[in-house]
Amino acid sequence: MSSETLVQVITANLLREGHVVWLTPEGGWSRDLAGAQCFAGRPAAEAALARAAAQTDVVVGAYLASMRPTPAGPEPVHFREAFRRAGPSARARGVTQA
Amino acid sequence: MYVYDDFDRDFLAERNRQFRAQVERRLSGALTEEEFRPLRLMNGLYLQLHAYMLRVAIPYGTLNPVQMHKLADVGERWDRGYGHFTTRQNIQFNWPQLVDVPDMLDALAEVGLHAIQTSGNTIRNVTADHFAGAAADEIADPRPWAELIRQWSTDHPEFQFLPRKFKIAVTGAPNDRAVTRAHDIGLRMVRRDGETGFELIVGGGLGRTPMIGKVIRDFLPTGDLLPYLEAIVATYNLLGRRDNKFKARIKITVHENGIDRVRELVEARFAETRAEFDADAMAAHFAHIAAQFAPPALRAADPAPLDTARAADPIFRAWADTNLHPHRDPSHAIVTISLKAHGETPGDATSEQMRAIADLAETYGYGEIRISHEQNVILPHVARADLPALHATLRRYGLATANVGLVSDIIACPGMDYCALATARSIPIAQDIALHFERLKLEHDIGPLKIKISGCINACGHHHVGHIGILGLDRAGVETYQITLGGDGSEDATLGERTGPGFSAEKIIPAIERILRSYLDLRQSREESFLAAYRRLGAAPFKAALYHEEKADAA
Ligand code: HEM
Ligand code: SF4
Repeated sequence: MSSETLVQVITANLLREGHVVWLTPEGGWSRDLAGAQCFAGRPAAEAALARAAAQTDVVVGAYLASMRPTPAGPEPVHFREAFRRAGPSARARGVTQA
Repeated sequence: MYVYDDFDRDFLAERNRQFRAQVERRLSGALTEEEFRPLRLMNGLYLQLHAYMLRVAIPYGTLNPVQMHKLADVGERWDRGYGHFTTRQNIQFNWPQLVDVPDMLDALAEVGLHAIQTSGNTIRNVTADHFAGAAADEIADPRPWAELIRQWSTDHPEFQFLPRKFKIAVTGAPNDRAVTRAHDIGLRMVRRDGETGFELIVGGGLGRTPMIGKVIRDFLPTGDLLPYLEAIVATYNLLGRRDNKFKARIKITVHENGIDRVRELVEARFAETRAEFDADAMAAHFAHIAAQFAPPALRAADPAPLDTARAADPIFRAWADTNLHPHRDPSHAIVTISLKAHGETPGDATSEQMRAIADLAETYGYGEIRISHEQNVILPHVARADLPALHATLRRYGLATANVGLVSDIIACPGMDYCALATARSIPIAQDIALHFERLKLEHDIGPLKIKISGCINACGHHHVGHIGILGLDRAGVETYQITLGGDGSEDATLGERTGPGFSAEKIIPAIERILRSYLDLRQSREESFLAAYRRLGAAPFKAALYHEEKADAA
C-alpha cells in the first residue's frame, strides 16, 4: 500500500471518563470513528493536532493515527487502532459480558 | 491478619483527601496533565487503552471477607461488575471514571485497602507465598516480615524517587511459590543451626532484560532485616543509573557492577545502618505485628480421607486431585479456587463471585483469603470434611474449575485488550489455548505445566519463567507470538530459551499443540513432567516439532 492513499485522524482519551474519542470536523470529540475528521496532508494534520492537544481540560494524550479512507469512513491501518475502536476482545470484557 | 491502627487510617484518609483535591484541580484546569500524571500514578491510577485503570494493592496477597466484599462493591458500583487479579497480588479495576476515583479510594480505605505505591519509582506492593501461614513445607509464616517491610517502605522519605520501581517478594518455604529470584529483592527464610534467618537475593527481574537474582547474603539473622534492606536500597539509590530508564533497575546495577562489588558496598553501608538501628524497638514492634498473624485455632476435625465423596462424584474427585495442597495440619487442606474457567479471562472475578468467595471463607475458611501471583484465589485453611460442601457451592458460581497447575491455568497479562504499552493481545491467546486443550481432553494427561503470556517485552505475564512462555509482538503490523521453553519461576529459577521465529495468532495454538504432543510422545512416564522432559532432552526435539511442520505447511 502506498502512503499517499492514507489519511490521518486525531484521537485521544476523554479526561473525565477515559473513553476513546476522535476529533470531528466541528472541533468536538466523537466516540465513533466514522465521525472523525480525516486529514490528507501532514502539515494540516499536525496543525490540527496542536490545536486539539491544547484542549487539556477535555482530552488526554492526543495523537495522529493513520487510516485508510473507505466509503464507510476511515478504517484503521494498524491493529492497535482497530482495538481502540472496538474495545477489548468480546471475550476479554470480563466474565459478566462474555 | 494485620489490622490498621489509627496512624495507618489517618495516613490513608489524608492521602485520599490530597488526591481528591488534586483530581478537582485537574478537572478545573488548574493542573496540567503533565503535573497531574505523576500524582495519579502515585495513587495507582493509570490511563490505559480504553479507559482509566485503578490498581489496588493486596499486600502479600492477604484479604479478609470484609475486604473482599468491598472489592465486589467497588467493582459493581464503579467498574462493570468485575475486577482483575494480577500477578503482583493486586486487583485492577478497568473502567473507573476519573471523577469517581476519589470515592472509590474512600470506599476502599474503609476496609484498609489502598492504591499507594502500586505505581511509580517506589518500593511496590510486597508479595508473598500465597500458601503462607498454612503450607506443610513452611519454616515460618513470612507475612509478618512482609508487613514489617510494607510499613518500613510506605512513604519512606528517602525511597520515593528511586531510579526505578522496586519489587520485593518473600517466602517462608523452601519450595519457592513467590518467584523470589525474579524480584529486585527476594527473601527466602532459611534455618541454620536452629536459628531462623533469610537468604537474600538481589537483582532479579523480568522485562526487556530478564535476569535471575543473585545471592547477596546466604544467611541474615531476622533481626537484621530492615537495616540490611535499607543498606541495599540506599546503595542502589546511589549506584543505580538514572540516565537510561531501561538500565535503571537494580538487576542492571548488579549486572554492570558485579554482585561482589555490590555486596561490598551494601555490607559497608549495612555497618552504618545497623549501628543506627534500634534493634530492640524493632523486635518489640515485630512481636506486635506477628501477634496479628497468629494462625486461626483450627477445629479438631476428622482427617477425612474423602474416599466416599471421591468415589461418589468424579467431578469432585478431579477437583480434589488438582486444586488441593497439603496443609500443615493433616485434617485441613489448602484450597485453590481457579479463576481460569476455560475460555474466560485469566484472573477476572465478577462481583458475585467475589461475594461467594468471601462468604465461603467466612463459613469454611476461618475468614482467610489469599490471592496468588498465578491469578487464583486461595482459601488457606479448610477442614477436609468440609471440602465436598465447599466444592458444591463453588460449582454454583462457576468457580470449581479443576485445572490448577495444568495447561489452562495460564498467567496472562492484560495485553492489548487493555494495556496502552502492549504490542499484541494476550488474553484471547490464553482463552484459545484453554478451550483447545479442553476440547482435546488432553489437559489431565499432559499434567503439570505453566504457560505464561505477556503482551510486550515488559513481561508482566512472567513469560520468561513459564515452562512455555509466549510473548506477543508487533511484527510489521501483525500480532506475532514468540515462544520460549524451559523457563521456571521456582527455587530452581531459570529463564526460558527462545525457540526461533514467532507465530501468528492463528498458528500459535497449533504450535503449542505440537510442542505438547511431542512431549507426550517423548516422556518416559506420566511422572515425567513437561519441564523435566525438557531438561532431559533439551530444546532440539521440541524445536523440530515446532518448525518441521511449519515448513511442511509452507511447502
Ligand atoms: C497498565 C498496565 C501496566 C503497565 C503500564 C505496566 C508497566 C510495566 C513496565 C514498564 C514494566 C517493565 C519494567 C522494567 O523492566 O523496568 C513492567 C514489568 C512488570 N509488570 Fe507491569 N504493567 C502493567 C500491568 C501489569 C499487570 C496487570 C501485572 C500483573 C499481572 C504487572 C506485573 C508486572 C511484572 C511481574 C513485571 C516484571 C517484573 C519486573 O518488574 O521486572 N504489570 N510493567
Ligand atoms: S507485559 Fe506489556 S502488555 Fe502486558 S501488561 Fe505489561 S506492559 Fe502491558
